[in-house]
Amino acid sequence: MCEMNWKGNMVMKLRTMRRHVSESLKSLTRNGWMTFASVSAVTVSLILVALFLMVMFNLNKIAGDIEKDVEVRVYLDRSTTPAQQNQLEEQLKQVKNVQSVTFQSKKKGLNNLLSSLGSDKGTFEDLQKENPLPNVFILKTRQPQQTIMVANEVRHYPNVQDVRYGKGTVEKMFKFINIARNIGIVLILGLIFTSVFLIANTIKLTIVARRREIEIMKLVGATNAFVRWPYFIEGLIMGILGSVLPVLLVIVVYHFAYYSLSSNLSQMFISLIPFQTMAVNLSLLLVGVGGIIGVWGSLSSVRKFLKV
Amino acid sequence: MDDMIVMQNVWKAYPNGVMALNGIDLSVKKGEFVYVVGPSGAGKSTFIKMIYRELKPTRGKIIIDNKNIASLRERQVPYFRRKIGVVFQDFKLLPKLTVYENVAFALEVIEERPVYIKKRVMEVLDLVGLKHKLRSFPDQLSGGEQQRVSIARSICNRPPVLIADEPTGNLDPETSWQIMDVFKRINLQGTTIVMATHNKSIVDSIKHRVIALEGGMIVRDELEGEYGYEA
Ligand SMILES: Nc1ncnc2c1ncn2[C@@H]1O[C@H](COP(=O)(O)OP(=O)(O)O)[C@@H](O)[C@H]1O
Ligand SMILES: [Mg+2]
Repeated sequence: MCEMNWKGNMVMKLRTMRRHVSESLKSLTRNGWMTFASVSAVTVSLILVALFLMVMFNLNKIAGDIEKDVEVRVYLDRSTTPAQQNQLEEQLKQVKNVQSVTFQSKKKGLNNLLSSLGSDKGTFEDLQKENPLPNVFILKTRQPQQTIMVANEVRHYPNVQDVRYGKGTVEKMFKFINIARNIGIVLILGLIFTSVFLIANTIKLTIVARRREIEIMKLVGATNAFVRWPYFIEGLIMGILGSVLPVLLVIVVYHFAYYSLSSNLSQMFISLIPFQTMAVNLSLLLVGVGGIIGVWGSLSSVRKFLKV
Repeated sequence: MDDMIVMQNVWKAYPNGVMALNGIDLSVKKGEFVYVVGPSGAGKSTFIKMIYRELKPTRGKIIIDNKNIASLRERQVPYFRRKIGVVFQDFKLLPKLTVYENVAFALEVIEERPVYIKKRVMEVLDLVGLKHKLRSFPDQLSGGEQQRVSIARSICNRPPVLIADEPTGNLDPETSWQIMDVFKRINLQGTTIVMATHNKSIVDSIKHRVIALEGGMIVRDELEGEYGYEA
């Protein structure tokens, strides 16, 4: 007898699933206000999670981009003569860890800038005549860590006006990211626990309302899994409902942010995480986190009640 | 081998230290009808709860249908329960379900096929004489009718054993006789019945085996016995 039932349980029958789902829906609507409160709590938590992650993911990406950068930009004095320039180039090539030296004329630099702005060149006609940019040597190193040494070395060479590399920015950014992350994590964990607690309470109410039913179920031989399923689904539904608004928000907000910020940032050679990647991944993550919050809440209260 | 229920040296201590059963030995044959009598606090309900594994014995073996349920794993308890029908003094019906739904509920939650459920529910409602009330709700029924619904529910999965804890405790004498009539029919189909009761007139006039408990021990065990206490 046991063997037969065991086999039967391996694949849950469709009508059993339908029954569990309809039981869950019934009790969700019966406890409408509690359901609403729990779903709202999940929504608020997930909105904050979403905003936080949108920023964090991008900061991480940007920091990573800069960190991967093996470029040292050496800006030349305006007064540098072509002979001095050639001499400097030779010197730069001799510096340890420098892999390549590329010259970027001020004219080329301006063109790059203008095309990254994507604007109609006419507006900047004046710039063409009176180019404010300096000539630049772009040095590449093998590894990002070497940029700092190279930069310190070449800073004192003649005719060098300024040296730029990513490292300092990156360090500042990582410091900021760390602080923001810690604050964010504490805040979000607090909110998530609150949501779990609220869902657990809602489920507890629905269990109390169906105590008689559970007693009879167990009396006539329903398995614990069978008894538990509707509550599990209830929690899951609440969690997923709670993620709907945050997902929409992510799509709208990130669409707006991405398309309005991207072009500005690209002048700085920084790119944001593409809209589609962010929308898809963050949405899945939010639905997942919502589901986990719901299931966690429901299982924690069912366990206490069924003593299993 | 035709024993349905066997108890060997069964003891039960509640967590608070009360010894409710003190070394019970007995065997009940397939198809037998047994009354369990005794003063209140004697251990009748505890004895009943042992049979459907609501409680585990502190010591001893309880063998039902050739399986020791004292050592049954928790996961297997639901499948064991399907072989035992249980009836209580307070009916335990679901107030928001109709008569039909209350009985069908027991089969739905063990995932029986809908076609079978329909057929079987009508069969058992016919057996307890309530086929015509299938759309009524429990609060539209008399106590006796409610108890018959609860009996229908307890037997719908064709359990070989039916146990009842004071099934007539809340009913007037006349209704109690109707319940006994239903039990008789169920017993005639081969179901073993164990019934804890206070009802002297029933025990004395519908003769069956009588097991008397006092202080958690069997003090009397007679075929065709008498109630033996003042009503
Ligand atoms: N859950 C319990 N916890 C502690 N003691 C209990 C519990 N249930 C019953 N008892 C005690 O066990 C003894 C037997 O009770 P019970 O089996 O209910 O007797 P009966 O049904 O014959 O009246 C009584 O002394 C009672 O107080
Ligand atoms: Mg009792």
